[in-house]
Amino acid sequence: MIGGLFIYNHKGEVLISRVYRDDIGRNAVDAFRVNVIHARQQVRSPVTNIARTSFFHVKRSNIWLAAVTKQNVNAAMVFEFLYKMCDVMTAYFGKISEENIKNNFVLIYELLDEILDFGYPQNSETGALKTFITQQGIKSQTKEEQSQITSQVTGQIGWRREGIKYRRNELFLDVLESVNLLMSPQGQVLSAHVSGRVVMKSYLSGMPECKFGMNDKIVIDKQGKGDATVSIAIDDCTFHQCVRLSKFDSERSISFIPPDGEYELMRYRTTKDIILPFRVIPLVREVGRTKLEVKVVIKSNFKPSLLAQKIEVRIPTPLNTSGVQVICMKGKAKYKASENAIVWKIKRMAGMKESQISAEIELLPTNDKKKWARPPISMNFEVPFAPSGLKVRYLKVFEPKLNYSDHDVIKWVRYIGRSGIYETRC
Amino acid sequence: MPAVSKGDGMRGLAVFISDIRNCKSKEAEIKRINKELANIRSKFKGDKALDGYSKKKYVCKLLFIFLLGHDIDFGHMEAVNLLSSNKYTEKQIGYLFISVLVNSNSELIRLINNGIKNDLSSRNPTFMCLALHCIANVGSREMAEAFAGEIPRILVAGDTMDSVKQSAALCLLRLYKTSPDLVLMGEWTSRVVHLLNDQHMGVVTAAISLITCLSQKNPDEFKTCVSLAVSRLSRIVSSASTDLQDYTYYFVPAPWLSCKLLRLLQCYPPPEDGAVKGRLVECLETILNKAQEPPKSKKVQHSNAKNAILFEAIALIIHYDSEPNLLVRACNQLGQFLQHRETNLRYLALESMCTLASSEFSHEAVKTHIETVINALKTERDVSVRQRAADLLYAMCDRSNAKQIVAEMLSYLETADYSIREEMVLKVAILAEKYAVDYSWYVDTILNLIRIAGDYVSEEVWYRVIQIVINRDDVQGYAAKTVFEALQAPACHENMVKVGGYILGEFGNLIAGDPRSSPLVQFNLLHSKFHLCSVPTRALLLSAYIKFINLFPETKSTIQEVLRSDSQIRNSDVELQQRAVEYLKLSSIASTDVLATVLEEMPPFPERESSILAKLKKKKGPGAVSSTEQEDGKREGGELNGGGERGADSTIAASNASTPSPSADLLGLRSSGPVSAAPPSAGSLLVDVFSEAGPAAPAAAVNDDGFLSSAPPSVVSEDPAPPMPQSDELLHKFVCKSNGVLFENQLLQIGVKSEYRQNLGRMYLFYGNKTSVQFVSFSTSVTYTGELQSHIHELSLNVQTKPVEPLVEGGAQVQQVINIECLTDFSDAPLLNIKFRYGGALQNLTLKLPVTVNKFFQPTEMVSHDFFQRWKQLSQPQQEAQKIFKASHGMDKEVLKGKRIMENFVCAGVIQTKAQQVGCLLRLEPNAQAQMYRLTLRSSKDTVSKRLCDLLAEQF
Repeated sequence: MIGGLFIYNHKGEVLISRVYRDDIGRNAVDAFRVNVIHARQQVRSPVTNIARTSFFHVKRSNIWLAAVTKQNVNAAMVFEFLYKMCDVMTAYFGKISEENIKNNFVLIYELLDEILDFGYPQNSETGALKTFITQQGIKSQTKEEQSQITSQVTGQIGWRREGIKYRRNELFLDVLESVNLLMSPQGQVLSAHVSGRVVMKSYLSGMPECKFGMNDKIVIDKQGKGDATVSIAIDDCTFHQCVRLSKFDSERSISFIPPDGEYELMRYRTTKDIILPFRVIPLVREVGRTKLEVKVVIKSNFKPSLLAQKIEVRIPTPLNTSGVQVICMKGKAKYKASENAIVWKIKRMAGMKESQISAEIELLPTNDKKKWARPPISMNFEVPFAPSGLKVRYLKVFEPKLNYSDHDVIKWVRYIGRSGIYETRC
Repeated sequence: MPAVSKGDGMRGLAVFISDIRNCKSKEAEIKRINKELANIRSKFKGDKALDGYSKKKYVCKLLFIFLLGHDIDFGHMEAVNLLSSNKYTEKQIGYLFISVLVNSNSELIRLINNGIKNDLSSRNPTFMCLALHCIANVGSREMAEAFAGEIPRILVAGDTMDSVKQSAALCLLRLYKTSPDLVLMGEWTSRVVHLLNDQHMGVVTAAISLITCLSQKNPDEFKTCVSLAVSRLSRIVSSASTDLQDYTYYFVPAPWLSCKLLRLLQCYPPPEDGAVKGRLVECLETILNKAQEPPKSKKVQHSNAKNAILFEAIALIIHYDSEPNLLVRACNQLGQFLQHRETNLRYLALESMCTLASSEFSHEAVKTHIETVINALKTERDVSVRQRAADLLYAMCDRSNAKQIVAEMLSYLETADYSIREEMVLKVAILAEKYAVDYSWYVDTILNLIRIAGDYVSEEVWYRVIQIVINRDDVQGYAAKTVFEALQAPACHENMVKVGGYILGEFGNLIAGDPRSSPLVQFNLLHSKFHLCSVPTRALLLSAYIKFINLFPETKSTIQEVLRSDSQIRNSDVELQQRAVEYLKLSSIASTDVLATVLEEMPPFPERESSILAKLKKKKGPGAVSSTEQEDGKREGGELNGGGERGADSTIAASNASTPSPSADLLGLRSSGPVSAAPPSAGSLLVDVFSEAGPAAPAAAVNDDGFLSSAPPSVVSEDPAPPMPQSDELLHKFVCKSNGVLFENQLLQIGVKSEYRQNLGRMYLFYGNKTSVQFVSFSTSVTYTGELQSHIHELSLNVQTKPVEPLVEGGAQVQQVINIECLTDFSDAPLLNIKFRYGGALQNLTLKLPVTVNKFFQPTEMVSHDFFQRWKQLSQPQQEAQKIFKASHGMDKEVLKGKRIMENFVCAGVIQTKAQQVGCLLRLEPNAQAQMYRLTLRSSKDTVSKRLCDLLAEQF
C-alpha cells in the first residue's frame, strides 16, 4: 500500500509531504529529489526504485506528485489514485500550480487524510467529498444532516446523496475522443487507434436510474436490426463505479445511478474502421548537402459541412538548419528554432479541402557523418465528430419516486474528436 | 600574461549563460539552447564575414553548450580561424575550444597543427605557451607525431624564456606518457639534466617531473642527475626560509621541489661516490632534525609541507635500506606520529612503518611500537587507518610476538568493520600457520577464527586445518576435543560444522572414552546441526556418519535409521540421495573387516593441486571444463616425451568416450571440495584415472613384441607435491604435465597452461589474486640461471615475456603469455620472479618456470627391430644414462599382471632445438618383486641423456 505521498515544485522543493506508514523515512523525500528530479539524465520511467523503495510519479505542469511505497503494490492502482488525486485537486482549486498548492495546503492535507487511510485509497469522488470537506466556513449542520453524511459515505451508493432537487432536470453528454496515427510516407497506415471518454454532467432530482445506449457492435448484432455498418467494435472499456457491471456483463447494457455534477462515465478504445480526419502528404527533397526542399499537403477527409479547428502542423527541421523560407496558401507558418521545427497553424478548415505549404531549408555543412533521423511530421486538430464512429443511441432516465419522466429531462449531446499522436513519416 | 580587460567581456555570452541559469526546467533549457544554436548556425552561414570578436563570442557559446552536455558538430573551422588571430583572448578561446572538442578529423588536424607550428616558431612567449598547453591538453598520438621533435629543441634552447621552458618540459612529459615510442632520446637528454641547475625554480620543478618519468625508463642515461639532484637538495634544505622568496611556502623552502627531488632519488640506488652520499645523508639528517624543531607557524599548511618532505625523505631512507642509523631515526619519528592528533599523519605513519618493518635494520625498532599499533587498531575511528594498523601488525609479526599479535587481531575481529574482515581473517590464518610452534595453539586459533568470523573464512582456510590435523598425530585428540566443545554452542557457523564433522568422523574415537562425549552424544550433536546446513555440508556429515559406524559399531542402528529416513534416502538432491543409499547399503552388507578397510582413517594428505586447477577452470562453466580437460588429456598424451603412441591415445579417447558428462560433473564436484572426496566413490576413482592417465601415460611406441602397448601404468601418477616454496619440487610435477597449478599460497595462485610444437613453446601463466584486496605494482620477470646464460656465449633458451598489468584486483586473475624458443639443449629451468605489494608489504617470489628439455620432444614411430637397431648404434658409454631406483609410488600389480608379457616399455622421440635435433631412445624395465625400475636412456648427445634420465626418474 502507499507509504507516503509527496508533492514537489520544479526545483525539487517539497510542498506537501504526508507519510502514512512508518517504513518510509524522512530520507525518502530527498532520495526522490536527488535521483529523479535532479537526475542528470531525464528519468522517463514513471516508476523508480531507489534502495528498495518504489516511487511512482506523475507530473502536472511543473509539479511532481510522487507516491512512495516499500511494498509490492499494484502500480496501476497507485497511478489511478494519483490521477484521481489530481482530479480532486482540480475540482477544488482549479489548475495544479505551485501557487495554488501553497495557498491550499491545509485543504490538501485534509483531502489527503480523507482519501487515503493508512495508505489504502478511500472514497475519492469529488461530489461526495465536497459535502463534508468545504472551502468556505461551514454552517453548523444538524444532527440529521451529519448522520446522513455518514450513511451516504458508508452506504451502497457512496457517490450520490439523497434529496437532490432541481427545477430543471438537465443532462449533458460529451463524447471526447483522441485519435492516434502513424502513417508511412506512402500513405499506408502503420498503426491507428482511438481512445475515447464519455463525460457527463447531470443535474437530476432524486435518485434517477439512467440507461445509456450506443452503437456497440455486439448489441446491434444481438438485436439483429439496423445495418451492421454503423456499429463499432469496442476493444476495451472501463466504467465509472456507478455503472452496474453485472448488468453490463449479462446484457451489455449500461445502466447506472449518476453522481451529481460532472464525471467520466466510461473510457474505451477502438482500433477498427477509424475515420482519419486528415491526410498528410509529405515531400522532402535534399538538394546537395546544404539545402532541403519540403512540401507538405494536408487533405481534410470528412463531410464538407463540418469545420475542423485549431489545426497545427509541425514539420521537423534538421539539426544543422541555418535558415528557412516558408510559403503557404492558408494559415500562418513560422520556423521555430527553439523546437527545431516549422509550425504551420490554420484556424479553421472545412471537410474535403486541401491545403499546402512549401519550405526551403538551408543547412550548415557539418563534419558529423551521421544522417538526419527525419522525425515524423505531427499534427494537432479538433473536429466536431467522433473519429471512431461512435453514436449515442439513447440515454433514458427513470425516476419512479418523483414525478418527472424521461421526456421532461433536457439532454445535450456533443462530439469532439481531437488529435492524439497523429504522425506521418517523411 | 595580458590580463583580460573589461572591454573584452562578452555581453552576449553573459546574457546567454544567465538565460540558461534562469531556466525553470530541462525542457526550457533545451529550447533556449536550440534557439541559440540556430542563431549561431545562421551567423556562421551568413554571407558577410564575422569579425574576431563575434567569432570568439560564438565559439565561446558553443563551448558552453558542449560543456552542458550537448553535441556540437560545427564551429571547428571558426575555432581554427581564431588560432591565426593576433589577439591573445581570441587565440586563447580558439585553443580552448580545440583542446576540449578536437576529434581526429584529418583535414582539421592538419590546419590545427599548422597553427600550432606558427605559434611555436613565433617569438612571443605567451603564444608559445598557449600552443604548448594545447598540445599537452590534447596529448593525442597525432600531436606527438607532429611535435615530439620540436619540443625538446625549445626546451633546451638557450634563448627560450623560463615560462616557456616550464611549459615545454611539462608538455614533453605528457607526450612521453601517452606515446613513449615517439619521444626519442637524443643529445638533448644530457642538457635536460642540466636544467636541474637552472636559476629559475619553476623550470627546475617542471624539469624534474620530466626527468623522473624519463629516468624510470632509461635509468642509465640520466645517471648524472643523482649528484645534481643531491646538490640541489642540499642547497634547498640548508637554505633559510627567507632565501627562496617566491618559492617559500609557509616558511618551508620549496616543498614541492624537495619532494620531487627526493622522489627522483628513489629511482636510483644509493650514490656510490662517497662525497655525494655523505652530502645526501647530511640532507636527510637535516630533514629529520627539522621535524624535531618547533613549528614556525601554527597553520596547517606549514606542517603539511614539512611533513610531506619528511615522508618523502623516509621513503628514500627505506628505499636505500642501508643506513641503520637513519632507519632507526625514521622509525622513531614515525613512532611519534603514531599518536599525533592528525588522522592523516597517523595513517601515513602506519603506512610507512609497514615498509620499514620489512627492513632488517629497523624491524626491531618497529616492534617497539606494537602496543601503540594495537591501540590504534582498537580505538581508531577511521576504518582506513585501522586497516593500515592491521597491515602493520601483519608486517611486524615474527615468531617472538606472533601469539600476542594473533590474539589481538582475533579479539579485534569480533568488532572489526565488515569491509576489512575478510582480509583480517586471511592474515590471521597466514600468521597462525606461519608462526605456529604449537599445533594445538594453531587449531585453537583457527577454530576461534571460524567461530568469530565464519562468513569470512574461505574454504582454503578450513581445508588447511584439516590437513594439518590429519598429518599430525599429536594434535588429533586435542582437535577432536576442541571441536566437540565448539560444536556445543547453540549457534555454530557452517564452516565449524564442516570442520567438526570431518574431525569427529576421523578421530571421534579419541575422545569417546569420556562419557560426556560418548559416541552417541557425538552423533546427536552433529545431527542436531544437520538440518541447518547447506547441501555440501550435509554430504560431508553423511560421510562422517558412515565413518561413525566404523568407529563405533554401537551407533550403527541409530545411524542406519537416520540414513533410511525419507528425508535422506529420497532427498531431492542427487548427491545426498546417492550417499544415503550407498552408505546404507555399505553399512548393512559389508562385513566389519570390509567396512574397516573402506572407511580407514585418512592417510596423511598429499595436497591435491590438480583439483584446485579444476577450480580455476570452473569459472568457464562445467561444459567448457570437461571439453578442455579432455583435450588437455589428449594433448598431454600425444605430446608427452615420447613416441607416437596411438595406443595410449586411443585408450584415453576410449576412457573419454566411456565417461560422458557425469564424469565431468563429478570432476567439478570434486574440485569444489577436495575434502569431500574422502569417502570412497566410484566417481572419484574414475576421475583419478581419467585426469592422470594422460600425463602419466609413458610413451610406449612399441613394446618388444611389436604390439602397441595400451597399458600405461596408471599408478605412476605424480601426486602434486605439497606447496612448498622449493621450486624444484614444483618443477618436477610439471615434467610430464603441461597444465596445472604451479604455485599457491594464501594470497596468490599461479596456474600454468603450456603448449609446445617442435622447438617452440608458448606458456600461459595465470596469476590469481585470492584475496579481496588489490595487488599493486605487480611485476614479473624471467631470469636465467648461470648455466642457461653462459652456454657458449649464447642462450640456450630464448624466453620472451609480455608485461602484465601492474594492478591485480581482488579475486581477479591476470594472464601472461610467455613465448619460448629452444635454441639448444639445456638442463636448468629459467627462473620466474614475481613482485607485488599486498597491503603495503612487498611480496617477492621466485619460482622455476616449468620448462624442461623433454617438452620439446617430437614423437617418432618405429617398429621394434628398427628400434633395437638404433639402440645398438647408440651404444657408446657416454651416450647412455641409466638409473635404477625404487618405485616411489608403488607399482600397480594389476596392470602388470594383466599384460603378462610386459617386461619393459620402450619409447622413441626426437628433441627439437633450433640448433640441432637430438634423437632419444628410452627403455624402462620394471621389477615387480623388488619394486624397482631400471630406466635407460640413449641419445646422440650425452648431456641430453643424462638430463632426461634425471627428469624422468623422478616421475616413477
